Amino acid sequence: MAAIAPTAGTARSARARSLKHDRRRALYWSYFFLVLFAVFFLTPPIYMLITSLKSSAEVGAITNPWWVYNPTLDNYKALLTSVEYLTFFRNSAIVSLVVVVVTMLISIPAAFALARMKFWGSATLATGVFLTYLIPETLLFIPLFKIFAWANETFDVSLMNHWWLLIIVYPTLTVPFCTWIMIGYFASIPKELDEAALIDGAGYLQILTKIFIPVALPGIIAAMIFAFTVSWADFLYPMAFTTSADQMVLPAGIVTTLIKGDVYAWGQIMGACLLGAMPPLLIYAFLMDYYIAGLTAGATKG
Amino acid sequence: MRRGGLRRLARRKSTVAFLLTLPLIVLIAALVIYPAFYSIYLSMLNKTLERLVGLDNFRFLFTRDTFWMVVKQSCIFAITAVLFKALIGFCVAHFVHNVPAKGQRKWRGMLLIPWVIPPAMSTLGWFWLFDPSYSAFNWLFVRIGLPAVTWLGDPLWARFSVILVNVWYGAPFFLIMYLAALKSVPEQLYEAAAIDGANWWQKIWYVTLPMMRNIIAITVLFSLIVTFANFDIVRILTAGGPIDQTHVFATWAFLQGIEGGDLALGASVSLFMFPILAVAAIFILRDINRRGNEAS
Repeated sequence: MAAIAPTAGTARSARARSLKHDRRRALYWSYFFLVLFAVFFLTPPIYMLITSLKSSAEVGAITNPWWVYNPTLDNYKALLTSVEYLTFFRNSAIVSLVVVVVTMLISIPAAFALARMKFWGSATLATGVFLTYLIPETLLFIPLFKIFAWANETFDVSLMNHWWLLIIVYPTLTVPFCTWIMIGYFASIPKELDEAALIDGAGYLQILTKIFIPVALPGIIAAMIFAFTVSWADFLYPMAFTTSADQMVLPAGIVTTLIKGDVYAWGQIMGACLLGAMPPLLIYAFLMDYYIAGLTAGATKG
Repeated sequence: MRRGGLRRLARRKSTVAFLLTLPLIVLIAALVIYPAFYSIYLSMLNKTLERLVGLDNFRFLFTRDTFWMVVKQSCIFAITAVLFKALIGFCVAHFVHNVPAKGQRKWRGMLLIPWVIPPAMSTLGWFWLFDPSYSAFNWLFVRIGLPAVTWLGDPLWARFSVILVNVWYGAPFFLIMYLAALKSVPEQLYEAAAIDGANWWQKIWYVTLPMMRNIIAITVLFSLIVTFANFDIVRILTAGGPIDQTHVFATWAFLQGIEGGDLALGASVSLFMFPILAVAAIFILRDINRRGNEAS
């Protein structure tokens, strides 16, 4: 473009102009594609919201499915008064909150020991923790099923088909990853801090509770969010280990009890899904930075 | 005297460390390591779990066409989905990176939503979008003169649909990872490349990609494992159908083991996820060791 410009000065300004022009064009294209992908990413949730605001009659009517002609909150009212749905919600809430606490109780001390107190086999253990994170639940649910059945026969404790069984299994999904990212957070705390505390006569437990936990609090919050969302969303374990409706958590409950092959219940199903997705979405909306920190920490710190 | 000894022992660093890691070790040993090995044992039992039959379950699997279909579909599903997730994540990360900084947060926040909704619930939304008689996509298609698609009824389309939903769910994760990685590439490198006359393609190929190599490798590896072991999406969308064409290892193992009551066969099926795990583990271990060596 500016190759045959008469003088160096105009050539440079032409070049600068074309650079600016290029940059603006790149910006417009970026916006164009971002809008395109935003449509792709947001269509399902928006369509779920649209459907959830429709009455059964409108869901079955042959009108524009992308528009609500007579918006109604009946589906949400029905859900919030349905004992079954509220039971799923309660089970999910208890399980997820307890799993968060259990996960923290297990992984904070372990991460502290692995990050700071070098002992025999600590490096191997840290790597091993990371590797167990890679073993998928889809490999474990069948042996676990058999083990729980065996426990039932041998010790006469009925584990299967109780919502609290999930409190025992979910930590296998959350603890390895949480420990792993916490090792990273703890390792980034300057050594001088705990050396100073040691000189002042603090024990290891005091160092953990008085220094490491307060300093690494952002990391702990990120790990807690991770543990909560994972337990809230898990689908395979409740499908495999719980069967009666009053013992189900949300994802499995919605899928197994609300779908009755009746097309016109879809408004309610979509409402149930959106309400069920609310806790993670709210956490995400208010604590987005922690949420994202938890997501990215695993790979960048590893 | 004895009390003093105990107290001294309790104060010793390694004892404290061991006690602190004990819950972790117990949890992992009892609920991850033991079941993993137990499933190998399970896979060598007969259907009533009373008799060791050696490798008969595997021999039986190898004679079944459905099994080979599941192997094929698991590979197609995982590889295609991860490829598109990585590509879309990479591209969209660049688009987000291009827009002015104050808008980036908004876009990022919006584009991560598919990842935040529990997959079981969002997949139900897709299921309703794919409904055979009320599909909202088909309504649009018919409006613009395209033929209606049997999303989940036709084997080919069903395979496409499960991959589409998996890409939709997983691409935002790649986007976030790649965006974080893009931010860590020093601006000077691009300036230097620009001075050398590099065009945008050369900047991506010679600056961005080498700088992001590690993060790309690790996200692709992770996602490959998770996608290979995926259960939710296929289970809800097609439950393996039509005529078993969309089954992956996890859903087929669930069908055989839990619903079909043949735990031994189910365990044998799910064990086939092990090879990919082993390969991934080797790569990741190598990576960790290399980083460890660099650090020290």
